[in-house]
Parts: sequence; structure tokens; C-alpha cells
Amino acid sequence: MNLKSTTSSISDFFYARPKLKYYLPQALTIFFIVFIFGYFSYNAQVNMDNRGIDFGLRFLGEESSFDIQFTPFVEYDGTKSYATAYLVGLINTIIVASIGIFFATILGVVIGISRLSPNYLIAKMSEIYIEIFRNVPLLLQLFFWYFAVLRALPLPKDAINFFNLDVSFLSIKGLYVPRFIWTNGSLFLTSIIASIIVIFFLFKFFKKEQEQTGKQYPKFFISLAIIIVLPLLTFLIGGVSLDFEYPELKQLSATIFNFQGGISIIPELMALALALSLYTATFIAENVRAGIEGITRGQKEAAASIGLTPGQTLKLVVMPQALRIIIPPTTNQYLNLTKNSSLAAAIAYPDLVLVFAGTALMQTGRAIEIISITMLSYLSLSITISIFMNWYNKKIAIKEK
Amino acid sequence: MIENLNFLGKPSKDKLNLFVSMGIFLFLLGIIDLILNSFFETNITSILPRWLNYFTPLLFSFIGLHYIRIELSGIKILDQLNKNINSNWFNAILSLLVIFVLIKTIPGLLNWLFFDANFIGNTKEECTGDGACWLFIRFWITRFMYGLYPDAEIWRINVAFLMLIGTVITAFFVGPKIKKYIIIFLLFIFPFIAINLISGGNFGLVWVETGAWGGLSLTFIVSIFAMLFCFPIGMFLALGRRSSYPVVKYASIGFIEFWRGVPLITVLFMASVMFPMFLPDEVFMDKLVRVIIAITLFEAAYMAEVIRGGLQALPKGQYDASKSLGMGYWRMHLLIILPQALKITIPGLANTFIALFKDTPLILVVGLLELIGMIDMAKANPYWLGFAIEGYVFAGAVYWVFCFSMSRYSLSLEKKYKTDR
Repeated sequence: MNLKSTTSSISDFFYARPKLKYYLPQALTIFFIVFIFGYFSYNAQVNMDNRGIDFGLRFLGEESSFDIQFTPFVEYDGTKSYATAYLVGLINTIIVASIGIFFATILGVVIGISRLSPNYLIAKMSEIYIEIFRNVPLLLQLFFWYFAVLRALPLPKDAINFFNLDVSFLSIKGLYVPRFIWTNGSLFLTSIIASIIVIFFLFKFFKKEQEQTGKQYPKFFISLAIIIVLPLLTFLIGGVSLDFEYPELKQLSATIFNFQGGISIIPELMALALALSLYTATFIAENVRAGIEGITRGQKEAAASIGLTPGQTLKLVVMPQALRIIIPPTTNQYLNLTKNSSLAAAIAYPDLVLVFAGTALMQTGRAIEIISITMLSYLSLSITISIFMNWYNKKIAIKEK
Repeated sequence: MIENLNFLGKPSKDKLNLFVSMGIFLFLLGIIDLILNSFFETNITSILPRWLNYFTPLLFSFIGLHYIRIELSGIKILDQLNKNINSNWFNAILSLLVIFVLIKTIPGLLNWLFFDANFIGNTKEECTGDGACWLFIRFWITRFMYGLYPDAEIWRINVAFLMLIGTVITAFFVGPKIKKYIIIFLLFIFPFIAINLISGGNFGLVWVETGAWGGLSLTFIVSIFAMLFCFPIGMFLALGRRSSYPVVKYASIGFIEFWRGVPLITVLFMASVMFPMFLPDEVFMDKLVRVIIAITLFEAAYMAEVIRGGLQALPKGQYDASKSLGMGYWRMHLLIILPQALKITIPGLANTFIALFKDTPLILVVGLLELIGMIDMAKANPYWLGFAIEGYVFAGAVYWVFCFSMSRYSLSLEKKYKTDR
């Protein structure tokens, strides 16, 4: 019996039994998955028994007894639990990812638009930037910024003093900026939130008014006035005041100087934010360019023929349509940036991977629990970002009537 | 501001010679002012107040560009120039800023890279210039290429890679009939030859443990194997995700979304510390093998999404037509669907391969030292301290060449297989 007749007799066999054809592959898949998981967990059980480790999350409550050099927002020291260390790592990851996303978006949009500039030099420079930074591994860029550029900064004693104002200093120990000290700060915050809510409803009202009567209001100036005046009022009558704590150079010993006070941004964070945003911006720029190029010329010509200025064309015709093309791939880039922030471990920025999957894992030896928690955290971060971006994408999608 | 510049009258075609010569003179004056300022420390405009003095190059060149902005001058070069870099005052300022930045940075960069750099010698002391010390690269190049692989055995890596390059080049020049066999050889036979050759242990070759592998050759070993395996797995996952069997479909979705949701570093940690726990004690799997499996599964998920995009883009008629010819599931996909789907996904596939190649340096977090890892080691050598920049520039150039040529190759493939309907 040759191969061909075997295969055809097999397909005849299944053709005559459609139910079997439907259930057999699925049953096999389930069997395969269960087998793999069962085999792995059996082995894990045996291995852990052999080494006398038990499986569980109780270790999270134990004292961590290691230090983390960068712990904004959360009080942390060696006496706190592993759970607190995890929280510090997670917050540090979120901080660097947010900074990276912010700058990558701005830079990406600017570069993407200038890539399409009629100015030959600008377009070419953007292209060169994109081609260079896109084709070099992120890890290498990170090392370059951290070990080559930021290590070349002066010592705290001769720190770079921005504009000789004695306000912010840049040195090998990082960037020191003034700390804001608020009195009644929560009132100020409330006023900002309140003005945003007011502006939101005003915009709704303006839009309704424009649709019904055609009357247009100077939206931008009104909202600008609200967002400046309302918080300003809290200063005048609400008793809010703002002080600055400036960083100062202190002599710690005969030869060691460092800054104290103010907010310090450690060089690891700077290098990571720099590398992440410069790298991801190239991809966002390409998305922006593809989006704008995806709008057919007819759209722009039609806009021009009804008398819109180039600025209005960009704002009212091109961008709303281009955004629909730009957003889905840009979401992916945000996700990539968040995941890439785990490269922090390579330059010892205390992010989730370094603190938890590095130090904590080393101390407790609980590989399975810790790696699973780390992976699940990233998974939930990714899912959160993609849910938000899907919501935004749906909001701006074409609403067909 | 613009009107005040027109004391000679609006730049026009009538006084073409006057305006063009004035414009070129002012433009060059600005450039010369800048060059003198930045390289010769002479300031031809020092009579002016300091705040004005700082902007003189920009001011001169800007007025110069304003004068030569004459529409339809009839001079071809001038019209081209005006259209491309000088179409209005905003563009002119942008162009000038770009030109100034280039003038300020390019000479210094070239000096550092080539003119002041040292190329000859073997010791650090021979680096006398202000520029880069390429001796660092020269001294360590064997380590950068082959890692800690024993010097006497390096020919084995060379032979393996020469074989690969040789077969790939022959594949380009032979007819499609022989090409088929060459591809089968490359996919199914060559990997075993190469691994046997590099790791040794039989045929009279000395065993070299994977811990000694490293450098650029390790980059290639990891990325070639991962590419080889992640492609078929990704294809099956993509088909699985579009399957009509719910179990297969959701299993594929779960697999793909899990790997796409976690960073590669955690996957590598998993492969190095968590995975051994899942195997029986007597089974030992090499760390490199575990890492390659991890990278393969990770990239396969991305590959699956790219291929799924291609599958979705095919019109439904293709499925209906092949079914109407009596084709079964596998024959339909192998002969009709996948060839078309893969063709339209070439750019995406290339991007995934490039991403995989760029991701390989990450294996240094689990202690495998490929090119960047080796450079990190070399720069920490007490004798060779302080040459980090040279090392990183070198590694960057190497990676850039490979990634850039891969992306250009994908562009040419895309063009080659473009069959517009």
C-alpha cells in the first residue's frame, strides 16, 4: 500500500465519521496540554521535595533585608517585607515606562511628521535618525548611554549648573531638581481636577451649540483661562503656597561631595528613559508616517477646495483619519516599551525584574513563585495598556450610520 | 520682519543677478562666520554686542536665503534649491539649523572616528591620538568573534559558517530544481553538521562546552536556530488561532497572548532558573539549548500574529475556490493559502527576524556572552579600562550592518514577489 492510498483511506475514514473528525483533534490537544502541565508539575513537586522547599507565597511576608537605591512613593528599607520590595519594583517599572512612553510619543510624532517634510534636509535627517536607532539593539544603546555618556559627566563637585541658577544640577550621581513643598497642596490638586471637569463639560456644551446654531466659541482661550485662573485663585484666597527645596552641595568627607535635598533622578533612570524613548520613537515615527501617507491625496485636495487652510486640513481632515491607522501599531510599541523596560536589570535600575526576579529570587531561591509573579505582573500591565488603547481606538473609529 | 528686509525691493527676477549674488554672499558669510567661530576661535563680528553676535551666522544666512528665494528664476539649480530647502522662511530656518548642526558635529565625529584615531599597534600605550583607540577592538577581535572558544579550535566555527555562506550563495545561482535540495539540506542536514562541528565530542573533535561559546558567532548560532524553529511553530499557531475547533483555537490564543505579554528577560530567567525545576533530576539540558527554546517560543508567538495578519488579508474567495476543487484542509493551506499569505507578510516576517536578531544580546542576563556581552567583559579588563565607547560603536556598527541589510533584502524580496492584481 503506497502513501497516497493510505492518506486517502484515512481521509475517507474521517469523512464518513464527521463527529470523530470534530472531537478527536480537540481531545488530542487537551490530552497534550494536560500531559505537559502534569509532567512539569510532577517533576517540580519531586524536585522541590528533594530539596526540601515547599510551594507557597508565604515568603512574601518575610523581611527582605536588602536595600533598594531608588524608592519614590513607597517607604522602603531592609526591614520591610518582600511584598513591599515587589511594590517598589513594580512602581519603578511603571515610572520608567510612563516617562518613556511620554517622550517616545512626542519625539516619534515630531520625527514622523518631519520625515514627510517638503524640506529635503529635515526629511533626510529624520530618515538617518530612524535608520540608525532602529537597527541597533536596545541593550547596546542602553549600555552606550549609561556606561559611555552618563559616566562621562562631571563629579558632583563640578556638576553642570543649568543657566547658573543654582536650581538644578547634573552630575555623575544623577540629575538633581528642586522639590516642591506644598501647603494645602490637596486643594490645589482639587482645583486642577475641577477645572479639567469644567472644561470637559464646556467642550460638550460648545460642540452641541455648534451643531445646533453654528456658533463657534474660542475654545482654546476659554479653557486656557479656566485652567490658569482657577488654580491661581487657590493661591490667592485658599491659603495654598509653594516652597522649593533646592539641592545643595554638601561635603560628606574630605574628598566626597554630593547633593542633598531636592529630588534626585538617578543616572540609571535617565539612561533607561533616554534609550527607551529614542529607540521606540523610531518605530512610532514610522507608524505616524505610514498613517499620514495612508490618507489619499484626494482628501487633502478636497479639503483645500472647500477653503480649509493647510493647518485646518491637517487638524480636521488628515489627522482624524490618520490616527485610525496610527493607533493600533503604536499600541504595540507602547507594550513593547513597557516590556523592554525590563532591560533595566542590565544596568541595575531597580525595576521589577532586578528587585524581584533578581535580588529576591537569589535570597529566597523560590524560582517558580517569583518568576510566575513577575510574568503575571507584566502580563497584567500589558493587558491594561491594551484595554485602554482599544477603548481609545474604538472611540475614534469610524462610526458608520 | 520680512518686509523690513526688502529695502532693495522684493527679490524678483528683474534684478536676478543683484539678489542672487547678494544672497550667496550673505549665506557664505554666515557659514564662514560659524566655521571661524567654532574651529579657529576667531570672531569676525566681535564688534557687535554679545547677544547679537551669537546669532550673526543665523542672521546673515537667513537674509541670504531670503534674497535668493526667487520664484521661477529660470536657473534650474536655484529653483531646485528653493523648492527643497528654502520654500518659506520657516523652512529656511530649519534648513539653516540642520546645516549648522552638521557643520558643528561632523568634523569632530570624523576626527574621532578616523583622522585622530589609532589603528596600528598592540598595546594601550600606542594610542596617542585624541581620537578613538581602535587597538582595543584589534586586540580583542578574536574574543569578540568567537568568545572563549579555544584558539586552536576556532577553525571549526569558521568552517561551519563558511559552509553556510557557501551553500546560501550557491542556492542563489543554481536552477530551481537543485535549489529545492539545497534548501532541504540547509534546513534539515546542515544544523546537525554545524552543531557537531562546533560542539565536537565525536569524529575525533575535542568537546567544547557551550559555556565557552560566545561573541558574534554565538549571536548567529542563537538567532539562526531560533529563526529556523520559530517559523514553522508560528505558522501552526497562526493556523491554530483560525481553526474551527474551539479547543485548538483557544489553546493557540492563550499561548500566543501569554508569550506576547511578557518581556524576553523574564522568559530567559524562566529558562535558566525555573525550567530546570520542571525536568526530572537525571535529565540535564544545556543552558544554551534552554535559552534557544525560550527565544524560539517567544518569537514564534510574534511570528504567529504576523502570519495571521497575512491569512486574514486573503479574500474569502481563495478558500471557497480551493474547497470547490475538492481540496482538504492541509492541501488547501499548503498549496493555495499559505504561499499567498506568506508573500504578503514578507515585511512583517523580516521585521520579526530583525527583532529576534536584535534581541539576542539579552542572553547576557543569564550569563551567555555574545558580542555585547564580550565587549562588556573586555571593557572591564583592568588594563583596557576606559574604552567603552569604542567597543559600543564597533558593536553598534556590526549590528547595524546586519539589521540594515536584512531590512533592505526584505524590501527587494517584497518587490520581487509583488504580483499586482
